[in-house]
Amino acid sequence: MAEQQFWKGLDEKFHEPEFMQQAGKEFPEELPGFGAKLQQANTSRRDFLKVLGFSVGAATIAASCEMPVRKSIPYLVKPDEITPGIANYYASSYVDGGNYCSVLVKTREGRPIKIEGNNLSQITYGGTDASAQASVLSLYDMHRPRGPVANKKATNWAELDKAVVEKLQAIKAAGGTIRILSSTIISPSLKAAIAKFVEQFPGTELVQYDAVSYSGLLDANEQSFGLRVVPNYRFEKAKVVVSLGADFLGTWISPTEYAYNYGLTRKVSKDNAKMSRHYQVESYASLTGLNADVRVPVKPSEETAAAITLYNLVASKLGGASISGGKLESAYAESLKNAANDLVEAKGASLVISGSNDVNVQLIVNALNQLLGNYGTTIDLTEYSNLRQGNDTAYNKFVADVEAGTVKGLIIINSNPAYNLPKGDKFIEALGKLELTVSLNDKQTETDTLCQFLAPDHHYLESWGDAEPRNGHISIIQPTIDPLFDTRSAGESLLKFAGINQSYYDFIRENWNANIFTKSTGLNLFGHFWDRSVHDGVFTYTPTVTVTEGIIDVAAAGAAALKNVKSGGLEVVMYEKTAIGDGKDTDNPWLQELPDPVSKITWDNYACVSLKFAEANGLDYTADRTRKSYGRTVQTIKLTVNGAEVELPVHIQPGMPDGTIAVALGYGREVVGKAGEVGANVYPFLTKYSNGGQSRYANDASFTVTGNDYKLGQTQTHFSVSDGLNQRGIVKTTTLDEYAHDPAAGNHDRAHVKEQLQTLYGYHEFPGHKWGMGIDLNACFGCGACVVACNAENNIPVVGKKEITLYREMHWLRIDRYYFGNVENPSAVFQPMMCQHCDNAPCENVCPVSATNHSSEGLNQMAYNRCIGTRYCANNCPYKVRRFNWFDYWGADSFTLTGALENNYDPHQMTGDLTRMVLNPDVTVRSRGVMEKCSFCVQRIQEGKLTAKKQGRKLKDGDIKTACQSACVTGAIVFGDVNNPESAATLMSNDERGFKVIEEIHTLPSITYLTRVRNTNDKEQLKAVNLLSNNAMHPLGADAHHTGGEAHGTETPASHDNHSEEGHH
Amino acid sequence: MGSYESPIREPLILGDKDYKQITTDIVRSTQGFPPMAWVIAISIAGSLAAFYFFCVAWTVYYGIGVWNLNKTVGWAYDITNFVWWVGIGHAGTLISAVLLLFRQKWRTGINRAAEAMTIFAVICAAQFPGIHMGRPWMAFFIFPYPNSRGPLWPNFQSPLMWDVFAISTYFTVSLLFWYSGLLPDFGTIRDRSKGKFRKAIYNALSFGWRGEAKHWQRFESLSLVLAGLSTPLVLSVHTIVSFDFATSVIPGWHTTIFPPYFVAGAIFSGFAMVLTLMLITRKVLKLEDYITIAHIEAMNKIILLTGSIVGIAYITELWTAWYSGFIYEWFAFYNRALGPMAWAYYIMMTCNVISPQFFWIKKLRRNLYLTFFLSITVNIGMWFERFVIIVTSLYRDYIPSSWADYYPSWVEVGIYVGTIGLFFTLFLLFARAFPVIAIAEVKSILKSSGAAARVKQKAKDDAMAKGGYAEGGDLAGAHHDVKID
Repeated sequence: MAEQQFWKGLDEKFHEPEFMQQAGKEFPEELPGFGAKLQQANTSRRDFLKVLGFSVGAATIAASCEMPVRKSIPYLVKPDEITPGIANYYASSYVDGGNYCSVLVKTREGRPIKIEGNNLSQITYGGTDASAQASVLSLYDMHRPRGPVANKKATNWAELDKAVVEKLQAIKAAGGTIRILSSTIISPSLKAAIAKFVEQFPGTELVQYDAVSYSGLLDANEQSFGLRVVPNYRFEKAKVVVSLGADFLGTWISPTEYAYNYGLTRKVSKDNAKMSRHYQVESYASLTGLNADVRVPVKPSEETAAAITLYNLVASKLGGASISGGKLESAYAESLKNAANDLVEAKGASLVISGSNDVNVQLIVNALNQLLGNYGTTIDLTEYSNLRQGNDTAYNKFVADVEAGTVKGLIIINSNPAYNLPKGDKFIEALGKLELTVSLNDKQTETDTLCQFLAPDHHYLESWGDAEPRNGHISIIQPTIDPLFDTRSAGESLLKFAGINQSYYDFIRENWNANIFTKSTGLNLFGHFWDRSVHDGVFTYTPTVTVTEGIIDVAAAGAAALKNVKSGGLEVVMYEKTAIGDGKDTDNPWLQELPDPVSKITWDNYACVSLKFAEANGLDYTADRTRKSYGRTVQTIKLTVNGAEVELPVHIQPGMPDGTIAVALGYGREVVGKAGEVGANVYPFLTKYSNGGQSRYANDASFTVTGNDYKLGQTQTHFSVSDGLNQRGIVKTTTLDEYAHDPAAGNHDRAHVKEQLQTLYGYHEFPGHKWGMGIDLNACFGCGACVVACNAENNIPVVGKKEITLYREMHWLRIDRYYFGNVENPSAVFQPMMCQHCDNAPCENVCPVSATNHSSEGLNQMAYNRCIGTRYCANNCPYKVRRFNWFDYWGADSFTLTGALENNYDPHQMTGDLTRMVLNPDVTVRSRGVMEKCSFCVQRIQEGKLTAKKQGRKLKDGDIKTACQSACVTGAIVFGDVNNPESAATLMSNDERGFKVIEEIHTLPSITYLTRVRNTNDKEQLKAVNLLSNNAMHPLGADAHHTGGEAHGTETPASHDNHSEEGHH
Repeated sequence: MGSYESPIREPLILGDKDYKQITTDIVRSTQGFPPMAWVIAISIAGSLAAFYFFCVAWTVYYGIGVWNLNKTVGWAYDITNFVWWVGIGHAGTLISAVLLLFRQKWRTGINRAAEAMTIFAVICAAQFPGIHMGRPWMAFFIFPYPNSRGPLWPNFQSPLMWDVFAISTYFTVSLLFWYSGLLPDFGTIRDRSKGKFRKAIYNALSFGWRGEAKHWQRFESLSLVLAGLSTPLVLSVHTIVSFDFATSVIPGWHTTIFPPYFVAGAIFSGFAMVLTLMLITRKVLKLEDYITIAHIEAMNKIILLTGSIVGIAYITELWTAWYSGFIYEWFAFYNRALGPMAWAYYIMMTCNVISPQFFWIKKLRRNLYLTFFLSITVNIGMWFERFVIIVTSLYRDYIPSSWADYYPSWVEVGIYVGTIGLFFTLFLLFARAFPVIAIAEVKSILKSSGAAARVKQKAKDDAMAKGGYAEGGDLAGAHHDVKID
């Protein structure tokens, strides 16, 4: 052994034998207990290792065999765009038939989880509606078609294409023709694809048909102006709006667009105390009607008379030809006179619209607008809307053609005629006669089950596409996730059927290159143009359109319209509900659980009747009936219209005209996901006008009271204002006249209340940020987009109808609807109500474990992990905004069991792996037994603060937007730092109209509401508004003895309202 | 205890008793085969108690959603039952502590059972704060225990937190008081026991009581100390329970009158429950000589007093609500009295305010049947009082859009009825194994308040009236062997 070159000690250096002996051992001394004994042991080291190995292995297997396998696949190569924890936004467009919204899709780790409005859009202006917000959930709908189907058997695309093309060729060879039946198509590329198909199969025609038809409006414009289009209504320019049954804030054509523009004319300020005046003539209580300044309830058969009367009144002033006959006999005729005067006064800046599908009524309305000089100002025919193109005549001809045997093949795109046609329509019979039926629907429908082939379309979030909702406004649909199922774009299917092997993406690009790029200016390369369009989501150009204004023969139109009137007997009007619409989205649990803005009823349709009607027919629900059990129990009726019989629960709806029943369409689906199995289908009730157009009312209906009880899941049970509300300073209203003199009108008690707020304890300091919110009651129309946005953002569970009948809805944000005025014709104030983030929060001090506490930035926050669920906080919340997890709604509980012992509560299959992909990973999913509530979107606040910090700047007002705020198209909700004197929220809280709800109990809420200002000239309404604003000044009011009108346990609602009216007079 | 007592006072022990006889009478119920009535009673009570545990298990398994509470009414049967049981638990301590301090001899006949009732009622009450939680397995969060979470302490501002201390202190002191009072009697039972096993058990239970003078001296001191400790507790417990409501902002809860009103109500319901139990016990266990009409009348007087206090409180609340001019407050009471749940309010008013007024009449105070009926009526009324306060305040408060209804589910009713079963199971076990009357304490008043002593006393008083101190040398008291004709 060579001498060590490096050494640590002399022993080592000189190789002492003892040292050398030790040096080879691991331990310098014998370990106690080992040594010689160990050498002789029976158990060898190998045995020990065997036993050890076995026991560790066994323990591992025993411990792990119960564990569910969690599949998580890390990125091998991380995509550039995706950073875990950081959201990506992609511009796209929500298109469902004629419903359109330009959106930004928020994706996390490749999953679309939230829809935001696209600020670049000049149609929806960054706003959204409830359906667009909820559409992200329908992507993860487990009931979607999962792949191609041929003759009810799953197949593959190659087989399906082969079979379909064979049949198409056979039809072509035999001289038969093909029809494509679709709801309104606003996609230029899909139309181009159809054109390609038509090239291949000449004679093919596209028949567009809308479940709720606007054919009358389109036909009238064709007759008047040579353009079969919906014009662009410029509500923002209208000083006076008269709507004859058009629910333009809820369901009529493009409510988001109209609400934005209309909202601009409804916001008032001290310096600009001006607002539009809105008259609404309608035959049921619509969202728009309850927001109107003057409402005229009429029977559906009287709508024509109302149009004619209004026309004659205006014509007599402006010298137009008059229409004979058809004068409206109504207690509200005075309001029509006022409307006519206002229209004439605002000539050129007024707007008359009608929701009728009778072409003749629409012609009268066109003539009225012509007289008023509204074309070119409030009505624009150049940038017309494409959102409704359905043609009743074309549809009727299609059925006749099938009957005649000339049409042999049918391709269905995004429509469900088997469900939404009137009784007696021959469509289903006709379908049986066809040689080929292919459905390209993206959702399961009644129609699909009758078709030979199902070639399911992508969900819009999975597919490429485009849309031209308005002439000159084109937007892109881009995919935000790989298709979840084996689906294919409808356009691609059509191309395949036509024998073109091109991806739909390439086809769209080609189409844009050829037809749309040419309209762009400034960019030379198509690639740049395409990228910019995809990035922005929208592209606009100035279109050129030739409009030929014709002369409208109003006399003929009036006579024809009157001939079309079906009066006599009980009338039934079919309407659309704001969230459910025509029934396409009926299986979306978020939309079903969104309370109807007017009735506040979820998960059902029902027969709306007036109180008088109910009393006269013994349908009144008595106090005993409501108290029979939980929820609102009502009677049901069997309603017969056109030979179709449907059993419906009765809902007494203030504002319903007498002798009329209103029922919502879109319910009673049979082939649908689980959530859609509610309500009854009243499409069979639809009738037809003499020209074959769809008529959404019927007369000579009959009904029988069944004696059955039915529970309605209603989130706001109180019936009208007669409960002492008019002394409660919860909502405040005033009139425009009063406001013009006195910006604090209707809000005078605020100064007094503020003066009285004394405390021994001092106020809390919020040195950094202090978050606050302002809500303008003038700009909130109650549509509910914010509620669904809040659902999506904050992972709020769907609880189902049963839980709602138990008053257990989970919405963090609700919209309280308070009627005022008399019960025959009330108006309403809509008040978004969520956690008020009180500085003196009553919930906080009562929590025994400090699970709810206050942040240094003024947020009232919840530590879910700490909550033990005593519910004291909810009891002590004066605003009743806290929501408790009664059951394990999300499958988040540690004790969740499945199978026979299932103990989670999931009536709508929201806890499936697929559905849970919609969850926002930034927000905890709450387990059962904990309290939850609005957090002011604390995750967004945090994100906003971090973004500003990373950019090294101060937070600006508007950097942080809560989910409700960003969903709201009218900007009714503002959020910001109230320590910043310039922020919008601060400005609102300092406004003379600003008030806080039940401020006198000194909870110091962080949300300021602005008094609702009404521009009414209706005597009854004025009286009601004055009563409200005057009483607000006196805590006990003038009629204090009526405080508890609804408290009389044994009285019927009828008698309460009589009481309250006595109080008003 | 041999002090002079006016002969017009009614005797508190009837019949010709001596110390031995008292022991025999009272211990009898713990010996031999239990009577059929007891077997039947415990079967029923035991089944109900079992049903209670089933309902609790059901609640914990599926979630509190199996109760019919909602977003607006967050408490109903749970806290109603809690307050009701705590209230019932008041009488025991009042009888044993306050009446001890006031030297009310009539307490001796009933204090043991009343204290037992207190313990069992508090056991029943203590279930509810636990099981009403959404996550009862996290219930330990409410205790201020040292922890590694920061440490994270409970919120000492919360009345629920105060409840934890109030109830646990009350329970501890009551249990000590009750058990220490039992020690000499356990000794007595042990001494009379024949079986070895039985002897050993009672010996252990009596902590080796030998009846030495030192034992008695310590026993008396402890009683006094515990009485002194528990007297403020009688007032504090229900005061603090009332803070659960009084410190809130909810109209109908937010009331300064609550502490005295709740204490009076608690004593009211507690005495009613003592009466219910005593009337059955004295009959079944043949203890009429020890729990006399005089006892019952004395308790009825307290019921009359506290019932009237409660009645005045109700009226004061109404007046205050109106006079305040605060519409929310006024509406809460208007709605209570005339709203859809007014029936509960009228049950409460009738049972609590009107029914005790019968006791102004002496004949009715001494009527066993009426007393029994009214004792149950009062407890029904007091249950409704808490229901009215909790549910009819919550279901229609500030914001009318959130007004709701409340109806109990079968689980809630099951839990309530179940606790009654639990209570009676415990009480029946107690009545079987423990002396239901405090033997030692009853003996202590035999010479002053026994019927025989009273006769002798009267004879002496008569003699004194006639001729001064003719037999005055024997004033110290009657011999226990005096026989009465």
